[in-house]
Amino acid sequence: MSILVDENTRVICQGITGKAGAFHTTQCLEYGTNIVGGVTPGKGGMKSEHGLPVFNTVHEAVAKTGADASMLFVPPAFAAAATMEAADAGIRLCVLITEGVPTLDMIKARKYLDDKNVMLVGPNCPGVITPGACKIGIMPGYIHKPVNKGTKNVGIISRSGTLTYEAVWQCTERGYAQTTCIGIGGDPVKGLNFIELLDLFEADPETHAIVMIGEIGGTDEETAAEHIKQHVSKPVVAFIAGQTAPPGKRMGHAGAIISGGEGTAQSKIAALKEAGIAVSDSPAKIGETMTKMLG
Amino acid sequence: MKAHEYQARQLMQAVGIPVPASEVISKPDEAKAAFEKLNASKAVVKAQVHAGGRGKAGYVKLIDTADEAAEHAARMFGDPMVSKQTGPQGVRVRKILLANAVDIEKEYYLGIVVDRAKRCPVMMASAEGGVEIEEVARRNPDAIKKAWFHPHLGLQRFQALALAEMIGLVGEQAKAAVGIMLKLARLFIDKDCSLAEINPLVRTPEGQILAIDAKFNFDDNALFRHDDIAALFDAAEENPAELKAKEYDLSYIALDGNIGCLVNGAGLAMSTMDIIKLHGGEPANFLDVGGSVSTEGAVEAFRIILSDEKVKAVLVNIFGGIARCDVIAEALIAAAKEVGFHVPVVVRLEGTNVEIAREMLEKANIDQLHTATDLTDAAKQVCACV
Repeated sequence: MSILVDENTRVICQGITGKAGAFHTTQCLEYGTNIVGGVTPGKGGMKSEHGLPVFNTVHEAVAKTGADASMLFVPPAFAAAATMEAADAGIRLCVLITEGVPTLDMIKARKYLDDKNVMLVGPNCPGVITPGACKIGIMPGYIHKPVNKGTKNVGIISRSGTLTYEAVWQCTERGYAQTTCIGIGGDPVKGLNFIELLDLFEADPETHAIVMIGEIGGTDEETAAEHIKQHVSKPVVAFIAGQTAPPGKRMGHAGAIISGGEGTAQSKIAALKEAGIAVSDSPAKIGETMTKMLG
Repeated sequence: MKAHEYQARQLMQAVGIPVPASEVISKPDEAKAAFEKLNASKAVVKAQVHAGGRGKAGYVKLIDTADEAAEHAARMFGDPMVSKQTGPQGVRVRKILLANAVDIEKEYYLGIVVDRAKRCPVMMASAEGGVEIEEVARRNPDAIKKAWFHPHLGLQRFQALALAEMIGLVGEQAKAAVGIMLKLARLFIDKDCSLAEINPLVRTPEGQILAIDAKFNFDDNALFRHDDIAALFDAAEENPAELKAKEYDLSYIALDGNIGCLVNGAGLAMSTMDIIKLHGGEPANFLDVGGSVSTEGAVEAFRIILSDEKVKAVLVNIFGGIARCDVIAEALIAAAKEVGFHVPVVVRLEGTNVEIAREMLEKANIDQLHTATDLTDAAKQVCACV
């Protein structure tokens, strides 16, 4: 089992004819993702370089292909609108990879999505992968280990991209398979957050433990820590990036900023430890910490 | 992106938020004329720099003659301002604001930020103005009143009125404050602000409500649709290396340590700084080369890191996903040739095309280049170099 996506997920790519969209559609197809088409306004009727049908609207794509998930490579200025279009067309899961979406656009889009039956991952994220079944995003597929009979399995939730790969790799090297890995993105306002995904992993019988990777900025990790204390029975291993980050500086991600004394790594680590979560002090020891918890 | 106080005043004036009359000068000899033009009995001379701590540094002065205005302007333009936020070298003052000094009966605070957890803008108001809001939040959080508002509907009049009453404003003054709140909220949305703060908002003995000082920050991601705001950017206030990095789509932040870092991905870049510290070193910078880095961009990254005289060793940490390890190896070889490694460079590569990259580096046999087996090994090696 997995969460969010599996081998039956039917995926379209919004922005399939763009450079990044085309490239990553190829990568996802090679991994085995069931990509059924793409959307680029004005290019409907043609075939993509992968031989997939291209539609003008998401509505049309859904009607013709039965897609239920969308991977979005839409330029920042149009990304929020494209996400709302997907939600309106009945897409169940939007994975918004785009970096640089204005914060107010995301605030407005979230208000819109809240009334729809849709889940959003991102923006500014690597995407979602259920190893061996479905990859929607830009992560390198081969570092992941699919769930198999007898494997010990972890679910991974992270605000980072490459740091997620680091965690995945450390788990894979130690023989832990991953049910699903989600990069929730580095922006201040986003879709699915730690809490919703923690609940999904808690309910997934194949997930034995959870890795949670946070970073400076905001209070999502503190909120998650409180939630874990109350509602999560599975072992959780955490790492928080940015212990040495100076206040007031945006550390690459739009959301990674300590402001007004809020969002420090120290505060997050303290909250996580207080909730009984195993916090790795080094980014190189996430796998090792998992071994202590899971054997 | 940050705006200067004088720019924030212009934005507020344009939407009808009352501010005292003011003049902006860029040379000391303009001070006298500016003071006379204000035609005020007293004025405030304020250095226009992004760094805080102006008052304590002596870069905000109350004056009542043109000679005094000239004297303080000459000093502020002449000597870099040194405060807690600037470091010992200080910052040069390029613009000075002269504003009509009004009598103040009471100071208030008004500010808007995005509440990340509630995913909407929040207006904060407090009767404890004139001090940093973080200070109030620590000392007396109940003194900060909040109203969350809908991004489409904006702040509602009833919300503004409730805030005004909560901070003790009544009658005509409450009405004036409500007007200011609604305009500020509109401005926040219209211009894609990330912070819009009036501190202090004051009540004069005559009962006028005025914005005395303001701080506006804008969402960098939205600048593409606001040419007027993008034009407020002041390159002189930025770190030159950080600006240079931006040209090449590199995300670089200068720090105080002596170990340079070159990493792909923001989270990994932050954790690379952390692991250096964990092993007893101090990072000299944050540098994320991003996912689609070119050889040219990566060479530039080395140039920026190695031009920092503090740097005594460099840690390259790449987890290849989209950024391929062979591209980084190519960049390392090119950088060694073009820039030259005058300090040890420890390289840890993992991920896409790592085998090809390792072979390339081995063949190139670069002086000063050390390869590491994993992240911990890399951190230990680089810390041992300094």
